[in-house]
Amino acid sequence: MTGMGAGLRRFLIGLPFVWLGVFFLLPLAIVAAISFAESADAIPPFKLDWTLANYRALCTGCLSVYTSSLALAALATVLCLLTGYPVAFAIARAPGVWRQLLLFLVMLPFWTSFLIRVYAWIAILQPSGLINRVLLASGLIEQPLPLLYNAFSVTLGLVYSYLPFMILPLYGSLSRLDESLIEAAADLGAPPRRVFLDVILPLSLPGVAAGCLLVFIPAIGEFVIPDLLGGPGTLMVGKMLWQEFFDNVDWPAAAAIAMALIVLLTLPLLVAQRFLEREVRRDRAP
Amino acid sequence: MIARRSGGLFRLSALFFGFAFLYLPIALLVLYSFNGSRLVTVWGGFSIRWYGALIDNEKYRDAALTSLEIAVMAATIALVLGTCAGFAMNRFRRFRGRLVFGFMLMAPLVVPEVILGLSLLLLFVAAQSWIGWPASRGIVTVTIAHATFAACFVAVLVRAQLTVFDRVLEEAALDLGARPLAVFWRVTLPGISPALVSGWLLAFTLSLDDLVVASFVSGPSATTLPMAVYSSVRIGVTPEVNALATVFLGVVFVMVALAGWLMTRQERRRLATASLTA
Repeated sequence: MTGMGAGLRRFLIGLPFVWLGVFFLLPLAIVAAISFAESADAIPPFKLDWTLANYRALCTGCLSVYTSSLALAALATVLCLLTGYPVAFAIARAPGVWRQLLLFLVMLPFWTSFLIRVYAWIAILQPSGLINRVLLASGLIEQPLPLLYNAFSVTLGLVYSYLPFMILPLYGSLSRLDESLIEAAADLGAPPRRVFLDVILPLSLPGVAAGCLLVFIPAIGEFVIPDLLGGPGTLMVGKMLWQEFFDNVDWPAAAAIAMALIVLLTLPLLVAQRFLEREVRRDRAP
Repeated sequence: MIARRSGGLFRLSALFFGFAFLYLPIALLVLYSFNGSRLVTVWGGFSIRWYGALIDNEKYRDAALTSLEIAVMAATIALVLGTCAGFAMNRFRRFRGRLVFGFMLMAPLVVPEVILGLSLLLLFVAAQSWIGWPASRGIVTVTIAHATFAACFVAVLVRAQLTVFDRVLEEAALDLGARPLAVFWRVTLPGISPALVSGWLLAFTLSLDDLVVASFVSGPSATTLPMAVYSSVRIGVTPEVNALATVFLGVVFVMVALAGWLMTRQERRRLATASLTA
């Protein structure tokens, strides 16, 4: 903006730039450096070096953790899409007053404690929990079902926690949808299934992509959910990093896990950035 | 017509099941906070004994105060940083490093918390050996960490609000001879105040809610509320945590309702002015 004073301009760019450079970019560089260090019995517990030992250990021991994290995150993303799409669609079609309220209700859990929302599922899923007690009382099962501390509970926790992140971008796309296109398709004799597959779904793909990225990327590195709801068979990258750092006090190994995770996330992150930039630009266009 | 009615039924049931899924666990949590029994899953009559236990619990009280202190400071710093950043991204089309800047603003939104926490801790440890600061980790380091990632969320909100902000007002003020800083302070900032209010509240809740980053960058001197809750939850389900969650929910409801009310009032005013000028 030409009218803006040069000093003001320098301040507005410079302050957050320097802050984020020092407290976001520089720390990542330090993680990269320490991932090549050697674990040592000292304070801080490492010795700077240029060894690939941490990465070698990662390749031999932990690759399965990365694949299982990817698989769980992917499964949760698909399930979020399948449950979130009908909800977002219904909200986008709701009358005006209702729409604001429903959107508000979707966002509300996001404002409450994440930790406590995950914790709430323990009381529901545990052997003496709500679901098992209802099923036992109704005589449908004789033994409590193992619902907690396995892949089921972790996936459920992921879907539950990230569902709002799927619904909101989907709603964004679906609410922009031109109603007359749907009516035209229906008037021309398309059955509802065809209207959905040929008109609604293709036009909502930007929302689908944004929602999937917003669920998939953070889900891979999730710590709280696999820690509280997962068991020994559902180790995820975020929890592995935490264990290396806090339980094994192996900082270089934790740094190497972080670097590998960043590399893994680079591609979806780049896609996400291009995508978000385009969304912002499109919002500005009219 | 039949097709349309079945579509309506489908949408209603989608809403019903979707919101039941989102709210059932929260509702149960609130319900069981009034449970007289120590067993979390067995109903032992209505009681508020867990709220009493909560008030007497010094661990939670201290942690709550620490968390509030951090959240207020972090949200305020994040508001300043995020407003500057949102402004820079919206108004300055090109400047050196804009690409890096955009990346630094977007990445913390999606980078896993374990990485944010680990990287900041390593920075603080390195800085301590280089320049002797910070001497110990605690409230200050957690505040810096929270302000950093919360600023990126504030920037998103400010940027979004600026895209719909009417630039004519600024130009008029400039034409009438106001200095750029005065225009920024007296015209632009009040104009985007809804984003500033919701940005501060968002940063505040993000800070209050964070377990992972705080666990990394805090020291023995400062335990935040999520850290205290986590240490009891790891041992098992405890009714006190249910009471705490309910209190937390109540506070959040009031705050969000307040923010919502402020924003609708602002919106109504904007619409009223728009209809006057039209």
